[in-house]
Amino acid sequence: MDPLQITAYTTVSAAGDGREALQSALLEGKGGLQPNDFGHAPLDTWIGRVADLENRPLDEDDRQFECRNNRLALMALQQDGFLTAVESLKSRVDPTRIGLFLGTSTSGILSTEQAYLELRKSGRWPAGYHFKGSHDLFSATQFVRMKLGLEGPAFSISTACSSSAKVFCDAHRFISTGLCDAAIVGGVDTLCLTTLFGFNSLELVSGQPCRPFDQNRDGISIGEAAGFMVLEKNSTTHSGVALLGYGESSDAYHISTPRPDGAGARLAMEQALNRAELTVDEIDYINLHGTATPSNDRAEANSINRLFPSSTPCSSTKGWTGHTLGAAGITESIIACLAIEAGFIPGTLNTQSPDPTLGLNIQRSTKTEPVTRVLSNSFGFGGSNCSLLFGRTSC
Amino acid sequence: MLSFYLEAPAVAAPGLDGWANTKPVLAEEIAYRRTPLPDYVPKILPPTAQRRGSISTLLAIQAAQESLGSTETAPTELASIFASSIGDPEIVDRLCCALADPQPMVSPTQFHNSVHNAPAGYWSIAIDSLESTSSLAASDASFAAGLLSAAVQCQAESRSLLLVAYDLPFDAPLDATRPLSAPFATSMVVTPSASRQTQLHCTLEINTISAPASRMADAELEQLRIGNPAARALPLLRQLASPTDEETLTFDYLPDCQLQLKCKPC
Repeated sequence: MDPLQITAYTTVSAAGDGREALQSALLEGKGGLQPNDFGHAPLDTWIGRVADLENRPLDEDDRQFECRNNRLALMALQQDGFLTAVESLKSRVDPTRIGLFLGTSTSGILSTEQAYLELRKSGRWPAGYHFKGSHDLFSATQFVRMKLGLEGPAFSISTACSSSAKVFCDAHRFISTGLCDAAIVGGVDTLCLTTLFGFNSLELVSGQPCRPFDQNRDGISIGEAAGFMVLEKNSTTHSGVALLGYGESSDAYHISTPRPDGAGARLAMEQALNRAELTVDEIDYINLHGTATPSNDRAEANSINRLFPSSTPCSSTKGWTGHTLGAAGITESIIACLAIEAGFIPGTLNTQSPDPTLGLNIQRSTKTEPVTRVLSNSFGFGGSNCSLLFGRTSC
Repeated sequence: MLSFYLEAPAVAAPGLDGWANTKPVLAEEIAYRRTPLPDYVPKILPPTAQRRGSISTLLAIQAAQESLGSTETAPTELASIFASSIGDPEIVDRLCCALADPQPMVSPTQFHNSVHNAPAGYWSIAIDSLESTSSLAASDASFAAGLLSAAVQCQAESRSLLLVAYDLPFDAPLDATRPLSAPFATSMVVTPSASRQTQLHCTLEINTISAPASRMADAELEQLRIGNPAARALPLLRQLASPTDEETLTFDYLPDCQLQLKCKPC
């Protein structure tokens, strides 16, 4: 497929506000997880919480979009010179030909949770509650479209934890069919009781900071994040990194348990390699989905072992950010770009002894070395798999 | 401009129980009568999913199953797109009620069924297919966005897709803030070239707003159309039920643009 050049990106997660902060955290091994203090009855777990979101209300003019999820979306838009980069994009590309595709799993459901809590306490439904600007899955996409002054096609993808990876596939298709000349992709998901108590009900939440691919791994740490990226067909201003391939598949196995043989995940990775016309030997690093649940990490290892040489460096960066669910795809795509641009392979924070039965070359510590091509995996409930391939292109 | 073909329409809605019953209503051969929605339990789902699937999954899969029965495209060759504004209203209510307890406890089945792509996940299990599925949302324009996304994927990857759109109303208290008039699900197969089942050849464009959205002549059907994001498909379903020579349909999409779909019978 024709590569899409990456001309700007921005990120906020517990690991840092903006790409420099995230890169420093990765290089210095400083994670963002903390003991859970979220909600009225905090579970005994660790979370990746973005500091001070409670004190960052939206402007009065944007009140119809007020919710934690849109606050985090706005915070990400304001990092890394992203707003300026989008203005520059709009001077090169007709805004009606810039697509906007954002992923989210739970959107602003926290606002509905809080409204139910208020109803329970006071017997009154809160007057200020508004579904369309908060809980609605399209809310962040509408908010970001308005903030950026975009006029092209837009929708939200919500496929659980693959949401903000799959947006890259839509962006490529809209550009390759000639409907768009550029796209802004990204995702945002924020802490809420639905995911904390929901994953806990499935016994998938760890009582410690998550330890991906460790022999003692026992579950996820939930995080929150937002990230956005500009993808362009033709540009002279690009970072030197491009989307080279994508793959999407289903597990056809179970709604909340990954297919043990990893056949679905493997198909997504094969498609990404085929679209990029690359072989497994040409991949320098795999950013794993690596949630740290026993079943995810084993199924992912099975899928990679049947496709890649055992020497391919692999790591999961969820020890820094937590599992940011619908924002995991964009957050880890940005980590892939940082790895290529700055030349480093991230480690796997918190992991002490990689599970020897999984057979992957797990990088425990971040090390600096040239990286040209990175495969990034995102897998979600419903058996939704997406693999993205990023690489350096000549300017 | 996107070009594609449509076949295998399906509907599951009050008074529109399956395509065979819907076609004469939309062709204005018989009057629309709103009747209660049957309790759908699509046979294509494995027994555990028939028992554990949420109301939105059962409704969406009912429509998808009907489409599959009238296309010759093998199920495992179809990618799929599920478009819905709300997802599952019943689960949202139950989860938020449980989470308001002093010591919240949620049902693991309800939580895993709460993901927006649960119907897509159950669909891939039902047809035992590793093909890609996607699940999207665009508020009241969810059907328009789904049709656009399916047409784009059909053309970009030269492949056939199943497009399913579904939405169900909330009960109190959320019905007041996001009112929907009735449940509605529809499904159709989008193909890059004509087949023996092809009913329409379509071209699709995104344009600035120049015309009001296509409507339904019958007042009750029009109320259904504007009252449920999935029912925004009704003008296209009418075209599939009773193709005229050539018709251009307009769908509301975003505040500054709309979709124009030119349909020609095959």
